Amino acid sequence: MKQIVVLSGKGGTGKTALVAALAHLASERACTILVDADVDASNLELLLAPRQRETHDFAGGQVAVVDFDACTGCGLCQEVCRFEAISIRSGGVNDGVCTIDPIACEGCASCFYRCPDRAIHMDERVSGRWFLSDTRFGPLLHAQLFAAQENSGKLVTLVKQQAREVGLAEGRDYLIIDGPPGIGCPAIAACSGADLALLVAEPTLAGVHDLERVLATVEHFGVTTLVCINKHDVNVARAAEIERYCTSRGVEVVGRIPFDTVVTEAMVQGRAVTEYTDGPVSSGMKTIWDKIK
Amino acid sequence: MIVAVASGKGGTGKTTVAVSLAVALACQSDWGQVDHDGLRVRLVDCDVEEPNAHLFLKPEIQWRQDVGVLTPVVDEDRCTHCRRCVEVCAFHAIAVIAEKVLVFAELCHGCGSCAFNCPENAIREELRVTGVIEKGSAGKIDFAHGVLNVGEAMAVPVIRELKKCVGKGEAAILTVLDAPPGTSCPVVATLAGADYALMVTEPTPFGLHDLKLAVKVARDELGLPVGVVVNRDGFGDQGVDEYCKAEGIPILLRIPLDRRIAEAYSEGVDLVSAVPEYRDLFLELYRKIRRGASG
Repeated sequence: MKQIVVLSGKGGTGKTALVAALAHLASERACTILVDADVDASNLELLLAPRQRETHDFAGGQVAVVDFDACTGCGLCQEVCRFEAISIRSGGVNDGVCTIDPIACEGCASCFYRCPDRAIHMDERVSGRWFLSDTRFGPLLHAQLFAAQENSGKLVTLVKQQAREVGLAEGRDYLIIDGPPGIGCPAIAACSGADLALLVAEPTLAGVHDLERVLATVEHFGVTTLVCINKHDVNVARAAEIERYCTSRGVEVVGRIPFDTVVTEAMVQGRAVTEYTDGPVSSGMKTIWDKIK
Repeated sequence: MIVAVASGKGGTGKTTVAVSLAVALACQSDWGQVDHDGLRVRLVDCDVEEPNAHLFLKPEIQWRQDVGVLTPVVDEDRCTHCRRCVEVCAFHAIAVIAEKVLVFAELCHGCGSCAFNCPENAIREELRVTGVIEKGSAGKIDFAHGVLNVGEAMAVPVIRELKKCVGKGEAAILTVLDAPPGTSCPVVATLAGADYALMVTEPTPFGLHDLKLAVKVARDELGLPVGVVVNRDGFGDQGVDEYCKAEGIPILLRIPLDRRIAEAYSEGVDLVSAVPEYRDLFLELYRKIRRGASG
């Protein structure tokens, strides 16, 4: 099973539209399984209309909770907390006792160990949900991290593991991963173990800058890399700059997709662009699939 | 006033809006009735994974500091391999194998629990550098950003240090925070302490889906007033408009899908510098945010 991850560094370069098209093209001749690794803001489902087969809670970590009756307000927990999650209440029913901001709490348990009155305990925190679904292009593993939660990298790793197991059990040929923006923990989790990273660049000053950082990141983790340029005709000079940069780094540019509002039209219809039309965007994406498959 | 520019979805135009707002205000010499002598406009790029605002502002960097995570260093002479540090580490960042302590630095959150709890005082902490904070100025704008080192997973410590370095913003008439995309911890670290969350979206199903998630974080979890900028207006569908109307979220500015703007952006030019009529629109946006933040 070949594992392909689509990343970009910069957000909004067209990763998800491309992944939907690749999934469509792959499904014509092969068996594919898909992962939406953007667990903060997963959009692939908007194009694939998944029917859920399984739903699971994601326990992302722990959160400290104060027992107000046992707390003496000594403030020792506040001294050890490095995440500014603890404050002492003033006024109200629980005047003078400690209170913990669950959003700021990282679940390190320093306060739990420090509290001399055993007034703090650690609770499991359900910080998201993940799903195994069926789509017209094959099974999809996707997830939703709840608002303002942590550990998106851990959730990405979990859905990828699940996809691997399902994919191997069902004899799938390709595992295609729609990656998150950025180069931090969820992006690293998305690219680790991949056979191939396809980077989607856009020909803008910011796009060039972000490509350099995401390329350095995937190379740091030893993943083979190819690049494609989306909306390449928006700034031809910048597109040429990307090509020169990739050549200098020994990375092949495998496709150029023009700007076209059909991408948005297909999105509004909930279709992959290659399903929706045969124009230059679709043929650009077909070229990419032929090179990476 | 501190305004965080956020979006959920990437690539909707956060940086363009953040920079344009700062530029519009900075080139305003007459502050009106209020005496703002000596007050500055500040732009803080909190997207430490992929910072871009400096490409638009081209600031002169005057100050630089390495930042990172306090990570344990074990004094093997004192260590009795009692494994207390292993028990208390919630992040599985420390292990004892065959009378040797192993620290997995990239998993460490720097909470200090291992050092606090070591009965032999055998653990001290050292800063493991994971990024850099840079400060400088671009014309009348004070600039700061954080840059996460390539290969590092944790953006939040860099964002937190960045926000500490720039303080609460009393000396600035306006501090604009350019947030990373998403809805998880790096976004929360950026929005914490802001007075207003300005959401930049595009009128598409993806834009709407991610706007809803971003509003959940900013308004519902953090209790911030929110307003929306619709970028690339005039294509896509009506979903964002309908949602904002139903939720009572004001749409403060619409930026049309315009080739001039896309070309300017691709060369790293902000809206106010590229299309001068946007100066007044962004000043009006600032006034609306001010009213929204105070009421």
